[in-house]
Amino acid sequence: MSTVVLTLGDDVSTDVIYPGRYMATVLPSETPQFAFADLTDFNAKLKAKQVPPGSVLVAGKNFGCGSSREQAVSTLKGHELVIVAKGFARIFTQNSVNLGLRLVEVPDLEAKDGDEIEIGATEVVNATTGMRFRIVPLPPARQALIDAGGLIAYTRKRLMETVKK
Amino acid sequence: MGKTVVEKILARAAGKSTVSAGDVVEPAVDLAMSHENAALVMNQFHDIYKGTGLEPKLWAPSRIAIIFDHRVPAESPKTATNQKKVREFVGKHGIAKFHDIRGDLGGICHQILPENGYVRPGAVVLGTDSHTTSHGALGALAFGIGATEMASVWALGVALDVEVPATIKVVVNGTLPEMIGPKDIILHLVGLLTAEGANFQVLEFHGETIRTMSTSGRLVLCNMSVEAGATSGIVPADDETLRYLKEEAGVTDPVLPVLPDADATYVRTVEIDVSQLAPQIACPHTVDNVHPVGKVAGTKVHQIVIGSCTNGRFDDLEIAARILKGKKVAKDVRMLVFPASGRIYAQALLKGYVADFVQAGAVVMNPGCGPCLGVHEGALGDGETALSTTNRNFKGRMGNPTSDVYLCSPAVAAASALTGVITDPRGPAAGGAR
Repeated sequence: MSTVVLTLGDDVSTDVIYPGRYMATVLPSETPQFAFADLTDFNAKLKAKQVPPGSVLVAGKNFGCGSSREQAVSTLKGHELVIVAKGFARIFTQNSVNLGLRLVEVPDLEAKDGDEIEIGATEVVNATTGMRFRIVPLPPARQALIDAGGLIAYTRKRLMETVKK
Repeated sequence: MGKTVVEKILARAAGKSTVSAGDVVEPAVDLAMSHENAALVMNQFHDIYKGTGLEPKLWAPSRIAIIFDHRVPAESPKTATNQKKVREFVGKHGIAKFHDIRGDLGGICHQILPENGYVRPGAVVLGTDSHTTSHGALGALAFGIGATEMASVWALGVALDVEVPATIKVVVNGTLPEMIGPKDIILHLVGLLTAEGANFQVLEFHGETIRTMSTSGRLVLCNMSVEAGATSGIVPADDETLRYLKEEAGVTDPVLPVLPDADATYVRTVEIDVSQLAPQIACPHTVDNVHPVGKVAGTKVHQIVIGSCTNGRFDDLEIAARILKGKKVAKDVRMLVFPASGRIYAQALLKGYVADFVQAGAVVMNPGCGPCLGVHEGALGDGETALSTTNRNFKGRMGNPTSDVYLCSPAVAAASALTGVITDPRGPAAGGAR
């Protein structure tokens, strides 16, 4: 069971997740401090470690639209947030798979701050309201990459196979 | 069954006789582009090699391009140090397609690639920038990826796990009215499709208006295709593409256009008639919040920006200079002009446009991304409004979450600079430029 710690609307851009003025900071170990920097209250909670790992962020359609900046993923991964949204933008989806940020696509989702939700294999249950929602699975090719431990591990494996040949 | 351009390009690049939308392929990459975020790509690239006993080695330095544009000249010691590390990497690995901060060879990546002939029809072009979609203007498949994915490309030379996108056919017909241009078309289209309407799909552009449009204009359409969520925009290569490559990009070797089959399968077709199109404007805070400019005419603006990978090209500066020549930017407006490359800056100088801008009261800045992404060279004050020819107006985009950004064409931006309020360039306020 996880708690919804933040609820956002449609089209949450990477400029909101990780403002451009922090893009000179690139290392995944350093980006978490700037997560949602302009949502100052939430950013303060994250920095004060008041948001437990595994907490859920709920959003509408097209989450992560805009820039390809990978900081928008590493900053959320650094806090081990889980993003449950009605839909995700393409580059953000791929970056999340590559870095191991957990995305759950639930087109009919209804949840608000403070709700307790259970994320299963095929559905999300909002324990607070009792409602159940279908999960859209990731394409199998992406799942294979996640199973390999992310893109760096997967590329390393492929590289070693090439060298052996 | 007929094939779309993207299906044909990916089949060739993946070494298959045919592929269809939905297939997963590993295409060979023809060009891999990064900007300042090459610093992060390098970090991830070195991570791949950890524990392997192998020396990090680029698969093909000649296929890698690195262009500094997002923060030029460096706005902070941190950026300057990142740029320094990238320069060292470029030298060590022999990356020739490197464009540093220079007046002659520098500029925005999405202008530098086409004007140097780095992009060819049918190529697979990947970039660590979402507006990499721009290069579809030359009949290539070009799309944005993250830094870790680019590190993987640097090591392997292929893109892993690429799902062949379905294609939306966009047919644009009609003669563009005076003061209406490619930016108005793409804003209108993004408004129609919505910000996620083309997610995981390609926009393939057709029609008489596209056929008679310059490559410069096609770059605008493909550039902002990503604002409808598209993986890429593609204009199938034609006579204009070949002309551009030969005359403007100095390409002398043979070029082979990749064209769609007449019976290609599209998920849908969108038809637009531009003959009656009004100037379009995207209002805060989403790019699909698009209206005819008349709806918000009269809105006070504090800063006008002309430039970016969308609208910093020669014809963009030309129309703005035509409107501003001999007139004055309104007293309480700051107008910033960013040519998209050093070459364009020099052309604008020779034509006298830079003098027109300066004498009108605009500030002509160095080529680069400028304030588009909210880092430097034109941050907005609390509650201020910018009118910009750039491509994004998300909350906080220009560095201040309490500010508003409206997106428009260079003609609307220039006409509005004269009045200090959002202005239709077809009206008398633009000095009868019509």
